Amino acid sequence: MSEQEHGQGVEGEQPPADERQHVWDKPGNVKLLFNVFYALCVIFAVLGLVIPGGEGHEGHAWEQLPAFYPVYGFVGIVALVFIAKQMRKVLMRPEDYYDE
Amino acid sequence: MSSVPPVLIFLVGALLVAVTKGHIRRGLLLAIPVIGGLNLLGLQEGDILEFEMFGYTLVPFKVDSLAMLFGYLFHLAAFLGNLFALHLEKKDGAGVQHTSAVLYAAAAIGAVYTGDLISLFVFWELLAFSSVFLIWARKTERSFRVGFRYLVIHVLSGVLLLSGALMLAHETGSIAFGPIELDGSLAGWVILIAFGIKAAFPLLHTWITDAYPEGTPTGTVFLSAFTTKVAVFALVRTFAGADILIYVGVTMTFFPIFYAVIENDLRRVLSYSMINQIGFMVTGVGLGTALALNGAVAHAFADVIFKGLLFMTMGSVLQMTGRINGSDLGGMYKTMPITATFCVIGAMAISAFPLFSAFITKSMVMTAALEEGHIWVWPFLLFASAGVLEHAGIKIPYFAFFGHDSGIRAKEPPKNMLVAMGIAAVLCVVIGTFPNLLYSLLPFPAEYHPYDVTHVVTQMQLLLFGALAVVWLMKRGLYPPEIRALNIDAEWTYRWLGPRLIRGVGGYVARVDSAVRKRVLGAVRGTLRGAQKGHGPQGILARTWPTGSMILWVAVLLAAFLAFYF
Repeated sequence: MSEQEHGQGVEGEQPPADERQHVWDKPGNVKLLFNVFYALCVIFAVLGLVIPGGEGHEGHAWEQLPAFYPVYGFVGIVALVFIAKQMRKVLMRPEDYYDE
Repeated sequence: MSSVPPVLIFLVGALLVAVTKGHIRRGLLLAIPVIGGLNLLGLQEGDILEFEMFGYTLVPFKVDSLAMLFGYLFHLAAFLGNLFALHLEKKDGAGVQHTSAVLYAAAAIGAVYTGDLISLFVFWELLAFSSVFLIWARKTERSFRVGFRYLVIHVLSGVLLLSGALMLAHETGSIAFGPIELDGSLAGWVILIAFGIKAAFPLLHTWITDAYPEGTPTGTVFLSAFTTKVAVFALVRTFAGADILIYVGVTMTFFPIFYAVIENDLRRVLSYSMINQIGFMVTGVGLGTALALNGAVAHAFADVIFKGLLFMTMGSVLQMTGRINGSDLGGMYKTMPITATFCVIGAMAISAFPLFSAFITKSMVMTAALEEGHIWVWPFLLFASAGVLEHAGIKIPYFAFFGHDSGIRAKEPPKNMLVAMGIAAVLCVVIGTFPNLLYSLLPFPAEYHPYDVTHVVTQMQLLLFGALAVVWLMKRGLYPPEIRALNIDAEWTYRWLGPRLIRGVGGYVARVDSAVRKRVLGAVRGTLRGAQKGHGPQGILARTWPTGSMILWVAVLLAAFLAFYF
């Protein structure tokens, strides 16, 4: 798709050298964000062990497996991304592939 | 009945929008859905308009709780869409875009209040013919071709619907827009495929991923709201509990998430995401219990808002930067922080974080699947839920607004666009936080409580550790980069294979044809040459012979006869 088609836009201006720092330009902020994220992962992993599993909850047998949701989420996404990457080998074509 | 059929307000509105401009038109665009919404309050279940024609009962207008839910939803979508598009100017084709958007809303609203399949067909076709202008208004060669393909596919869906309705009339004597049998009924299957095209069933889905990324920045917001949700509504009306829809729905939740990972055009990512979301609704329709059907329609309601919001944020990015590919964007939060915030809210809503809308709607379908004993359906739906987080929850906001700095410094979009996104964002949170607001509108009798400790904790575990996987893949350099390329899908059959087959077959026919012609010409030439040889000026048969030789030959012939008979 050519850029001209989209029209009316700002065409890739380079940031001015003396531009002020934005919130995620500061490595400290990014680090803090990741630490909060990791902490949340730990907190909910622990909560999962503490709360009574499946009470008052129409359940699936797999839910009784230890750490089922964290493992399923993590492994599921890794598998998804790896399979999708392999699909690229078969499905990927140049952008002008269909251009008649 | 103290109100008029809601479609009339939008039809008259479209006419007025077509002939006005400037402030008056802008006022109308906001007033139409508001007046329509007030009109809805006066409707009562059981209100009906029907008449006899050719021995069949046509019901162009009929009110029940299912129609009302979609009625409210489409009025809300029309309001948000019109507000989002309010700034359009003459150079954007404002007149055409506004008129077609209001007409498109009219078609969707008309469709959900119909009570027979012929009336439905009329609005079904209007959906296609009104909305195609939201693609053509892009005014590019590509958008013209895409719009044409879109139109062909939707007209085909309409033709199938009409054929199915006529066959059904022949089979059962009724054209009522109600439950339809699939067992041994060809009519039922034809109608199912007609609905399936608009609902983006697997292999029939390519019009979405072809057309929605090519709409105008504001037009695609309307496109994402109406057509597919009318189809979901139609499926609930006719095929609730049809087992096949469980399989179809699960497939729809499953395959698009792989495409979404590797797609570069962010509005196409959202289009794949949309098929995934409709998959949850179709699964709910197939399960067919009160809880599952409530889940399907509630998820349709939530989806119009959060998917609309995500398309609005990407429309804003496209409008302000002229770009929409993940490979060209990044770091936009620096100059578009408000849009970025709305995008993150939409992303959390579609990912079904607790307190956001999909959390209280998608889980209804998943719980219903377990209640019905479909224990193998549930793991697929859970995997698909994690997949949503990856492509819509993380990829969309990350590649557009964060990630590597593209250096583009575009401003926030106009105020009307920001306000529309703001309202949608608030609704995502309000619906998720106060589920009873939406649950009280649901048409089927079922109790469901989304907020129990187990549900909240397990959902957070799924999402957090899914996100952790993305973080790990990115830090290890295993996450696939955005590449300027396209990925072939089922449309390959009619955009690549078909034309080549036709050209190939055509070429073969031409070769055979030319060979045959050559032969025939050769034979004709041979004959001619032979004739020439015999009858030409020097030919043996053209010479003048003396009479004597004639007598000689006659004598020879007679002699031969004699010899033969003895």
